[in-house]
Amino acid sequence: MGIEEQLGYNILTTSLEKLVDWGRKNSLWPATFGLACCAIEMIVTAANRFDIARFGMEAFRASPRQADLMIVAGTVTKKMMPAIQRIYDQMTEPKWVIAMGACACSGGIFDSYAVVQGIDLYLPVDVYIPGCPPRPEGLLYGILKLHEKILKDPFLTQQYRDKLAARREAA
Amino acid sequence: MERVKPIPQTETMVLNVGPQHPSTHGVLRVEVELDGELIVRADPDIGYLHRGIEKMCEGRTYHKCLPLMNRIDYLAGEVNNFGYCLAVEKLLGIEVPKRAQYIRVIMAELTRIASHIFWLGTSGHDLGAMTPLFYGFREREKIMDLCEMVSGGRMFPLYCRIGGLAADLPEGFVAKAMEFVKEFPDKWKDYDTLLTQNAIWKQRTVGVGVMTAEEALDWGWSGPMARGSGVDWDLRRDNPYSSYEDFDFEVPLGTRAGDTYSRYLVRMQEMLQSNRILRQALEKLPDGPVKVDDPRVSLPPKEMVYKDIAALINHFKFIQEGITPPQGEIYQAIEAPKGELGFYIVSDGTAQPFRVKIRAPSFVVLNATDKLATGRLLADLIAIIGTMDIVLADVDR
Amino acid sequence: MQKAAELLKKQFASEVVEVMDYRGDTTVVVKPGRIRDICTALRDDPEVSFKYLSMIAALDYAPQSPRFALAYNLYSHKNHDRLTLKTYLESDTSPAIDSVVPVWSTADWHEREAYDLMGIKFKGHPNLQRILLPLDWKGHPLRKEVPQRGDQAALEWVDRKIRPERIK
Repeated sequence: MGIEEQLGYNILTTSLEKLVDWGRKNSLWPATFGLACCAIEMIVTAANRFDIARFGMEAFRASPRQADLMIVAGTVTKKMMPAIQRIYDQMTEPKWVIAMGACACSGGIFDSYAVVQGIDLYLPVDVYIPGCPPRPEGLLYGILKLHEKILKDPFLTQQYRDKLAARREAA
Repeated sequence: MERVKPIPQTETMVLNVGPQHPSTHGVLRVEVELDGELIVRADPDIGYLHRGIEKMCEGRTYHKCLPLMNRIDYLAGEVNNFGYCLAVEKLLGIEVPKRAQYIRVIMAELTRIASHIFWLGTSGHDLGAMTPLFYGFREREKIMDLCEMVSGGRMFPLYCRIGGLAADLPEGFVAKAMEFVKEFPDKWKDYDTLLTQNAIWKQRTVGVGVMTAEEALDWGWSGPMARGSGVDWDLRRDNPYSSYEDFDFEVPLGTRAGDTYSRYLVRMQEMLQSNRILRQALEKLPDGPVKVDDPRVSLPPKEMVYKDIAALINHFKFIQEGITPPQGEIYQAIEAPKGELGFYIVSDGTAQPFRVKIRAPSFVVLNATDKLATGRLLADLIAIIGTMDIVLADVDR
Repeated sequence: MQKAAELLKKQFASEVVEVMDYRGDTTVVVKPGRIRDICTALRDDPEVSFKYLSMIAALDYAPQSPRFALAYNLYSHKNHDRLTLKTYLESDTSPAIDSVVPVWSTADWHEREAYDLMGIKFKGHPNLQRILLPLDWKGHPLRKEVPQRGDQAALEWVDRKIRPERIK
């Protein structure tokens, strides 16, 4: 938005930022990206006991173009990696990535010829949730940390947007 | 300008279902060639979850393979470990104490019910019935609580170890499990009333994915898939292992039609029969040790390790080197919720297995997709994948 | 299973190399030449009736020779009993054997997996392609000389597809 060039970075734009960030964090829609065992814990988080609808996230979108959060849950194999890259590119801005489980964070217990040793070799990750699989409460804690991160997101400043673009290029 | 071709002029279209798809139960890609809505060819493309478990087992000791084995069929975590431990014990030629056998049966049947509940929820969800998912997960959470009580892990308890169990049952487990067993048949009736006589469910599943009994054996089907086609075969009854011969249970058979509806009925009845086995095992649970008393196989008790130098050395060497079975090769198969889960272990006398081959039931079942789906509509493909109850980690290992 | 071993020794006496019995499992080691006939006889014989193939496992005994072996595990519903057929392949550099897909249809994917991970070719297979690894993967990972983390081609496979600038 060209708003900050005309108005400068002042109380009007920071309040606008706060409002938009609050709106974004309250209705993050995850893309269904369960690959392996962590997907089961993700489904359980969306089921009755650990209700994820309390956070406005029960709408798991099948199409990445309608989602803004990609929870990479499960082992990322080399055969699957080009598909993941394509789906990440299809998501529209703003987008966040959570690496759920040991396999997505760093390859997990599978140190073999067919497993990518961590999704952060190819995608910029915002929150890492360790565990094999992490408990549903663990996933919810990670999501709440992501909410905190989103609330502080100064997306209207040019400096932040440059940093974000550089980060996307580097990953 | 080119002349527009006159209709009707049809060509087939090749469509990609997956690997990221809400109904494929994981990363499965099916390449379908469609003539309108009719499937002409359905070719599954697997390997998107191939983690190289068999190769990794060759570099580790027998005990270190246990966490890998848990993650083969992640819906029924304990059953894979059960099979692997039975295979290694067959190789070693030892038999675990009765109490350990009964507790292993209890854990296996609990995870079998959990796996079938998950199957019911997700395959119902694929065909549009969202309610069984939420009803079923209520019970599944209770089973996860029981697994967590035993060893701390919800999906992967890693409780069955070579030579018995990791430790004895905690206090209060038997009481809580009996509570679950008593109330499960009523909850089962909830799932039954939702779907079994439902006209929409019947329309979507009767006549879909038909496989006769001879064809089922030819294609290597086992477990509920084969029983749904009328093959009267259950490894728990016909080749009993780990005291299954002490329990009295029926083996539900489907109709000879062998379609999706009959497999659904078989799995629903299996849940009740598992409940029956659980009740008998909990009531007749014997006392005794839970680990076999053989210093080559089990860790010595901790009190002895702190006091006695021989036990300390035994403990140290055991953790460092592990067990060394004699040279030889065996095959051990158990009845997993998905079918026949088999382990072919070749040992060359050292502490690392020479070759561990996992005979995964979902891999074999998925082979017949082309035969089942050809000539049906695209929506039936989803019903067929749902009824095959595949777990992609089982398919790809 | 003893009956099956007797049957094989009677009908294919020249092919049977050894009969091993270990912890209740009977393994019959045969020569790989007439494997399809042996399997057909085992399936069609009314007494043993092995209509079910459980699995086909590929083994690599490097540095011994013969290097490659295959183990077929059969189950008979009539007698509720198992039999393992094992065969050592002749060639160490380009192992090949007849496919048993005409005998049991389930052998299709088992043989594809053995080809993919171990490099054993099956003559007469309808669709011998890689199944678990990507189609353009080089090498056969389950062989003993390939390290667990994979060789250089395996490490670079993803970069080659989506980050070509990372490969020097």
